Amino acid sequence: MSAVVKAGGALAEYTDERLGIAPFMKRSLNKVFPDHWSFMLGEIALYSFIILLLSGTYLTLWFKPSMTEIVYNGSYVPLDGVKMSEAYASTLNISFDVRGGLLMRQIHHWAALFFLVAMTVHMLRVFFTGAFRKPRELNWVMGAGLLTLGILEGFAGYSLPDDLLSGTGLRIAEGIVLAIPILGTWLSFLLFNGEFPGLDFIPRLYTVHVLLIPGIILALVTVHLMLVWHQKHTQYPGPGRTEKNVVGFPLLPVYMAKAGGFFFVVFGVTTLMAAIITINPIWAFGPYTPDQVSAGSQPDWYMGWLDGAVRITPNWEWNIGNYSISWNIFLPAVVLAGAIFTALGAYPFIERWATGDNREHHILDRPRNAPTRTALGVMAIGFYGMLWISGGNDIIATTFDLSINTITYVLRVAVFVVPPIIFIITKRICLSLQRRDHDKLLHGIESGNILRTPEGEFIEIHLPLGDKEKAKILGKVDHVPIALESGVDENGVANPKGRTARLRAKFSHWFYGDNVYLPTAAEIEAAEAHAAHDYHEQHAVIDDFRGLEITSEPVLHSPAIGGHESNPHQH
Amino acid sequence: MNSMAARRRHPATLVVMLLLGLLATGAIYAAVDSGTSAQAADQKWSETQVETGKKLFAEGCSSCHGLGGQGSSIAPTLIGAGSAAVDFQVSTGRMPLAAPGSQAPVKGVIYSQAEIDAMAAWVASLAPGPAVPSDAMLDTSKADLAMGGELFRTNCAQCHSFAGKGGALSDGTAAPTLMNATPRQIYTAMVTGPASMPVFSNATLTIEDKQSIIKWISSLQANDNPGGLSLSRLGPVTEGLFVWVIGLGALIIVAIWIGVKAK
Repeated sequence: MSAVVKAGGALAEYTDERLGIAPFMKRSLNKVFPDHWSFMLGEIALYSFIILLLSGTYLTLWFKPSMTEIVYNGSYVPLDGVKMSEAYASTLNISFDVRGGLLMRQIHHWAALFFLVAMTVHMLRVFFTGAFRKPRELNWVMGAGLLTLGILEGFAGYSLPDDLLSGTGLRIAEGIVLAIPILGTWLSFLLFNGEFPGLDFIPRLYTVHVLLIPGIILALVTVHLMLVWHQKHTQYPGPGRTEKNVVGFPLLPVYMAKAGGFFFVVFGVTTLMAAIITINPIWAFGPYTPDQVSAGSQPDWYMGWLDGAVRITPNWEWNIGNYSISWNIFLPAVVLAGAIFTALGAYPFIERWATGDNREHHILDRPRNAPTRTALGVMAIGFYGMLWISGGNDIIATTFDLSINTITYVLRVAVFVVPPIIFIITKRICLSLQRRDHDKLLHGIESGNILRTPEGEFIEIHLPLGDKEKAKILGKVDHVPIALESGVDENGVANPKGRTARLRAKFSHWFYGDNVYLPTAAEIEAAEAHAAHDYHEQHAVIDDFRGLEITSEPVLHSPAIGGHESNPHQH
Repeated sequence: MNSMAARRRHPATLVVMLLLGLLATGAIYAAVDSGTSAQAADQKWSETQVETGKKLFAEGCSSCHGLGGQGSSIAPTLIGAGSAAVDFQVSTGRMPLAAPGSQAPVKGVIYSQAEIDAMAAWVASLAPGPAVPSDAMLDTSKADLAMGGELFRTNCAQCHSFAGKGGALSDGTAAPTLMNATPRQIYTAMVTGPASMPVFSNATLTIEDKQSIIKWISSLQANDNPGGLSLSRLGPVTEGLFVWVIGLGALIIVAIWIGVKAK
């Protein structure tokens, strides 16, 4: 026994005798995780969050969340003698006078962008593969909460330096608060402790940014991961994978190495970007004063869609007496945003209502196998994209030499027209892919090799499906739409629940009505027998022509043509 | 005193007093303002320059602006436009215009500085107007850089952006980038207000203010980026694009590599 193992054993024994964790550790370290790159997107979010905590702590050592006005006399000459808040001056100080300060600031900001990017794509992966289905609905809701908190945290973060851009963002936030009917003015005064911008908001925001929101995020992330642990990770359909098992590698040593290594890669890429690419050059924006604004003032990407929604909403406003209702701000920034986040959180429950599916799902859906869900998701991405473009309408106008008015008018229409078109196209693609899978099961894979029989008939040679591919396709769960119930019960009395039931049936039909059902086991068996027969015959023909000059080698995985007994499961 | 008091309530009093007040304000304003708003004396152009300018103008500009520079339905009058306007428009390649549009695009400059000067001399001879600055007026060595930044953010950034990169305006017009503007062009643009730009007369921004702004814009042109690559200084839009395409792209490539099964 080597010295290391001995020491390790002694340590394990010491801990186990006191904490009794050996059984737990044994179970945990042997826990199996499935392998797929798309399962690592959430990890990027987690690692970015850790990077944010570390770099953020460094920044708090020098940042002064104070609106006290001072005259800047630091080392950044272009702002020498300019009046500014202590918050802005200390951010300049971090950028130019603190060792490694600028690098840390840029790491912090790039990591924040990564955090939100990773959460978004992770959520998309979970959505498109149906990983939010029973028993994981609560984890989805928690994820939606984390995304919302992440957006708020990011906004709070880039608002703190009190530079011209961040102040402009806060002014817009104040406008959104003011647009809330009746309560707006009161809320605004409550938040800013008086008129905008006041002296109190930055210190308040600081507490929210460094304590409140990160605390909640940390707690939610912990529970989120505990649930993943407890409920086990989902897996894609494949050979040997069932609803009852997890096929993959154990945590120790494989996943420990993979995940640990990936953390350093994420940290490395973030640091590399921070080292060579400027992000949020606060020194160039100058200090915030409410009478200044810069062209091209944009929020960070995750707020861009909201900004875009505000930009394309027509300037509807009601004036009732001396009271204004700014629909132009309230509708996009409060109603739309509220509706989107509500729909996001509620989605698993909406789908469950449509399917009536009460089973547990540990095998993921391939996106094509849930065409309506996939189409809804891509449609949502399209809608988001339209709003994104709207948010950058000024940059797009100058970059591509277009009129900002034209862009705005076009987007006002496109935001309603493009998403439904995307929905239809996506759904058709999904259904076509389902049909292709169906054909593959029954007829095998098209080999691309055409055979001309002695009778002059042309046949394309089909190759049998590989095990892996077959398991993948057979992993599909066919849903039958909920049947339309009769409006009356057996006694002819109107069913009080009839209306809801009918609505639900209609919704269910819309959701699953187009499904291309998998062939039955018997059909597959018959088809395979048939294919084997064909295969044999075709080979007989090929063998007949053996010895003649073959001008081109058959390509694709055609393991058999020209010789020995084939093994279709070999690739 | 009595008679005045008696007429105090006459219906015309209000009108008379209002007129007197306005007149007085106007007179005082004119007296105070005359020193600053009068155009700085234009430099002495020679007779030859004016003559040459007239010829060049007739060849290249008069089809739109008229032989006498009086303007037409498609072009503004140049009487009173001043030498600064000619210098700005022609030296940046905006004039002569290739085709009417929402805004004169910046093209290649087709006249030499001597020819531009000649045309400027002729337009200046039509009526007094904003004049081309002397070299001394463009000397920014004593200008206050930080003050220039303040003035730039207050007066210029809302259209040209904090970085001088320009920005969109309504209906296809745009504030151009300032990255290639010479100090002379910055000055002449401020005093003449081309296209959608307002005029910043010497009453609004003194010569010293203008020098500070020119110094600030020159510092923006130096494109000093302590933070590394600037991503064109277009703000968070390019940052977002970068993190989505390059940043996430790089991490996904690594994730795929990690996720590949051992053979």
